Amino acid sequence: MRTLTKPHAFARFALTALIVAALSALAIGSVFADEAKVAIDNFAFVPETITIKPGTTVTFENRDDIPHLVVDAASKFRSKALDTGDTFSVKFDSPGEYPYFCGLHPHMKGKVIVAP
Amino acid sequence: MTSDNENGLDRRQALECMIWAGTGVLWTLSGGVPKSTLIGSARAAETGFSFLQISDSHVGFDKPANPNALATLNEAIDKIIAMPAAPAFMIHTGDISHLSKPKQFDDADQVIGRARLDTHYVPGEHDVIDENTGKLYLERYGKNAKGAGWYSFDQAGVHFIGLVNVVDLKPGGMGNLGAEQLAWLADDLSGKSASTPIVVFAHVPLWTIAPEWGWGTEDSAQALALLSRFGSVTVLNGHIHQLMQKVEGAVSFYTARSTAFPQPAPGTAPSPGPMVVPAGDLRKYLGVRAVAFRQVSQPLAVTDAALAQ
Repeated sequence: MRTLTKPHAFARFALTALIVAALSALAIGSVFADEAKVAIDNFAFVPETITIKPGTTVTFENRDDIPHLVVDAASKFRSKALDTGDTFSVKFDSPGEYPYFCGLHPHMKGKVIVAP
Repeated sequence: MTSDNENGLDRRQALECMIWAGTGVLWTLSGGVPKSTLIGSARAAETGFSFLQISDSHVGFDKPANPNALATLNEAIDKIIAMPAAPAFMIHTGDISHLSKPKQFDDADQVIGRARLDTHYVPGEHDVIDENTGKLYLERYGKNAKGAGWYSFDQAGVHFIGLVNVVDLKPGGMGNLGAEQLAWLADDLSGKSASTPIVVFAHVPLWTIAPEWGWGTEDSAQALALLSRFGSVTVLNGHIHQLMQKVEGAVSFYTARSTAFPQPAPGTAPSPGPMVVPAGDLRKYLGVRAVAFRQVSQPLAVTDAALAQ
């Protein structure tokens, strides 16, 4: 019995530890791994304005048949040419407004608002 | 194909233009005014000199609007090779490649080289999206150019100016020439006689066609002001993958067809993205342009030819 009890006790401990670890991971995830998406569709950023919390990563995905570039108006970030299906991600840590546009079709504009 | 009418296009020619729509245009300048004729017409070369315009080959494009843009470029070059009288040279008004990749430029060069014509390029926005925003283009096509790739040259008494309006684009704006290029243009034109016929070519239209789609050039008015004293100015553009033209005073504006895929007319679609047409109809929308200059008191002749009937 002892030989069984010990592993049993260990298993319970291990299970508890796993649950705690999983919960911690979820908690951390909600703080550090927020994500948002912006689609590029029909020569437009959708949604055109997105409001996120600091620390959020925004992923742009090009769904058009034509390449697009995501370029920050203040030159803080610039994607490579995104062909159909390509994505580009930027993490926004500091609160503020980040207007951006398409480097190939500058009439396409969007804005990321980072608010606490 | 040879019923060229110096007083303008007659009905037969107009029909031929439609038939050839999309292949290219042969430009004839006569008396400083441009006039188009069909590719295949020997007349222009008999009476003056002619050159060709091709545009928007988008080599590397493989989406539903045209799964093989290199093949249609090949067909356009076949049409040019088959012309009974060789044009003096060719201009390419940009978007040679789709994604500025070396392989795409290589493939384009190989196919365009088959025409065995001197070819003068200006970049489209698709040609300057390599990691160094245009370095590959300049290494390949801009050896004798200034700045981002602008230059001028003279041929048979006509002054040709290649401009770049696809770099340093501003948020919310359209095409852009920039102060440095405008200063160069002013210098380039200074001392030129007002009777010198001028041909300006650039990728994005130098007149505003559809600002909501970015089809225009923010500071083109400054360039046109510098050109306003000349008696004959012909402006050749690409970018919008369809034929449009406008005459304003002594300035004639033309946009060319693509050799790759058509784009919708402004106001007919939610976005300017590639237009998918029935596969059998694609070549009706693609084409090349021939321009002939004639030393007579007639307009310069502009002819658009499609790849298929």
